[in-house]
Amino acid sequence: MTSVLVKDLTLKFGALTVLDTLNIDIPEGEFLVLLGASGCGKSTLLNCIAGLLDVTDGEIHINDQNVTWAEPSERGIGMVFQSYALYPQMTVAGNLSFGLRNARMPKDEIAARVARAAEVLQIEPLLDRKPAALSGGQRQRVAIGRALVRDVDVFLFDEPLSNLDAKLRADLRVEIKRLHHNLKNTMIYVTHDQVEAMTLADRIAIMKGGVIQQLDTPTEIYNRPINKYVAGFIGSPEINFFEGRIEGDHFVADDLHIPLGAYAFQGARRDVMASFGIRPEHIQSGDMARDLPFSQEVEIEIVEPMGSDTLAWTTLAGCPLRIRMDGQAAVASGTRILIGFDPARGSFFDAASELRL
Amino acid sequence: MVDAAHPRGPKPRRRLSRGNIMLYGTLIVVAMYYALPLYVMIVTSLKGMPEIRMGNVFSPPVEITFQPWVKAWSEACTGINCDGLSRGFWNSVQILIPSVFLSIIIASINGYALANWRFKGADVFFTILILGAFIPYQVMLYPIVIILREMGLYGSLWGLVLVHTVFGMPILTLLFRNYFSAIPEELFKAARVDGAGFWGIYFRIMLPMSLPIFVVAMILQVTGIWNDFLFGVIYTRPEIYPMTVQLNNIVNSVQGVKEYNVNMAATLLTGLVPLTIYFVSGKLFVRGIAAGAVKG
Repeated sequence: MTSVLVKDLTLKFGALTVLDTLNIDIPEGEFLVLLGASGCGKSTLLNCIAGLLDVTDGEIHINDQNVTWAEPSERGIGMVFQSYALYPQMTVAGNLSFGLRNARMPKDEIAARVARAAEVLQIEPLLDRKPAALSGGQRQRVAIGRALVRDVDVFLFDEPLSNLDAKLRADLRVEIKRLHHNLKNTMIYVTHDQVEAMTLADRIAIMKGGVIQQLDTPTEIYNRPINKYVAGFIGSPEINFFEGRIEGDHFVADDLHIPLGAYAFQGARRDVMASFGIRPEHIQSGDMARDLPFSQEVEIEIVEPMGSDTLAWTTLAGCPLRIRMDGQAAVASGTRILIGFDPARGSFFDAASELRL
Repeated sequence: MVDAAHPRGPKPRRRLSRGNIMLYGTLIVVAMYYALPLYVMIVTSLKGMPEIRMGNVFSPPVEITFQPWVKAWSEACTGINCDGLSRGFWNSVQILIPSVFLSIIIASINGYALANWRFKGADVFFTILILGAFIPYQVMLYPIVIILREMGLYGSLWGLVLVHTVFGMPILTLLFRNYFSAIPEELFKAARVDGAGFWGIYFRIMLPMSLPIFVVAMILQVTGIWNDFLFGVIYTRPEIYPMTVQLNNIVNSVQGVKEYNVNMAATLLTGLVPLTIYFVSGKLFVRGIAAGAVKG
C-alpha cells in the first residue's frame, strides 16, 4: 500500500525552480532517505510533504488522501527538526503533549501517550525538566518523542543528527533504525550525510537541482550509480575517475589500456568518449592485485592512516588515484607497489551525457 | 622557586598603572559632570526661598524643608487650577497605561505576523510602516488635529492615547519583527505541525519566549510617552494636560516670584517615573537578555 505519494510536485520561488515535476511513491513502512548536497531541494521537498510550504503545482497524497491543501497538523505526520525546535518555556512533558493538547485530547489519554513515548525513548527521568537542562542527545530524543506521541503514520526527519557530535550521532542513528524496526512506520529522512543514508535507508533518493537523480536501494546506488554525479556523491573516500575512450574491448586513458572484461553494459557496447569510475576500496594491492584483469606498479605519494584502514594516494594516467588499503598494511610514501582492479566492479559513464553505460 | 622574570601562572596586574589612572580619572570627571546638576536640583528643592536668595548654589541646605515638594505636588497653580502637579501626574498615568498597552500589543502582533506569517505584500507593508518613522512629527500635527476632530476625539484623553499608539507603531513593529525573526523558524514549524494556529503560536510559543523584548518596548514607550510634551499640549485640554505640560506651565509662569525650590521639586517629581522604570526594569531587562542568550 502506498503511504506517501508525491505527484508532479513543482515548487518555484519567483523565477527560481526549486523542485521540478517531482514524483515519488513511498510504500507503507519504508525508510526513505533524501540525500543531496545543500541547496538540492531535499529539505524543501520534506517541507512540502509536511505542508509547511505551499506548492506551485502537483499533488501530495498521504494514506490515499489528497492532502495538498491540508494543514500540517491534519496530514498525519510527525516531524523532527535539525535544531530540535523544542519549546524552551515548556517542560519535556509539556513539549510532548503540546500537539495533543491542541487537538483537545482527553487528559488521561495524553498522559498515557506521553508515558509510552517516554518509555520507548528512555526519557522518563527527564519529563519535568526544561529543554535548556538537557544535553543535545536528550533534546533530540524529546524531539523524536514529540512526533511519536502523535501516533502518526508518517515520520519526517529534517537532518535530525546534524547538530550532534560524531559519537552521539552514531548512537542515535542506531536508535532511529531500531525505532523504525519496532514501529514499522513510514519514515522520510533528509540528510547530507551519506553514512546515515546508507545505514538507515530502505531506499535512497539522491537529489540535485530539485530533481531526483536516482531512487534505489543503498546497494544498488553504491554499486551501480546511474550517472557520474551519483557515483561521485556516494562513497567516502571519493570514487576515482579516469577520462578516456572506449575502444573495442578496452578503455583507453592516456597511455593506459584497461580491458573491459566482464563489465555489464546497460545497452550495446559502443566506442565513445567515457569516464571510468572505480572505488578506492575496489582497488587491490600486492599479491591480491596480480591475478586481476588490470594491474600495474605505482609509486605511493601520500599515506593517510585512519586506523581501521589506510588511504594511499598515487597517480595513474595523469589522474590522482586513491587506494583504500587494510589498516595494517605497511606502506610508506615513496614505495612502489603493485595495484590492480576488476573493471567489472567499476562504472563507465558517457562523457557527454554523464549517464551510465 | 619561581623568580619574577619567569612567566608562570596568572599574569601580575598593577592596580595603579597609568592607564587605570587615566581611565578612572576620566570616568570620575564625566560622572561628576552629569551628577552635579542633579545635586544642585536636589539641594535647591530642599531649601527655603530666603536661603536660595543668598546665592550659594552648591552648598547643602542649612535648614531642610520639604515644603517646596508639597507645594509642587499639591498647591502650585497653573492657570485656574491650584492643585499642583498631582493633577498632571494622574492625567499622565491615565494616558500612559492605555497607550503603552495598546501600542505594545498591536506592535507585537504586527511584528509576529510580519516575521512568521509572510503574506503577499508584507514587504511593501513593512517598508511603508518603517517610512513612518522618518516623517517629522511636525508635518503630521495639523492633519491629525483634523482627523481627531472628525472622529470626535479631539481634546480628549483617548485622542492622545490613539496618537501615541500610532506614533509608537513603526519603531515598535520593527523591534518586534526583528526579535521574532531571530527566533528559529523551526520552532514555528514544529508548532504548526503540532496543530497550533496563528493565535496559539503567538500566545503559547512566541510570547513566553519574548519577555526581554517586551521589557525593552515598555521602557521605550513609558519614557517616550511620559516625556512627551508636543502631543500633550496640542491634543488635550488644560484639565487633562499631562504632567510635562503642567510642569512647563508651573516653571514658565511669568507672574509672581520665581520659586526655584518649587520648580526644582516639580521637575524632579516629573522625572521620577522614567527614572523608576529604568531602575526597576533595567535589572529585569539584563536578566531577560541573559536568560535569552542561553540556547534552548
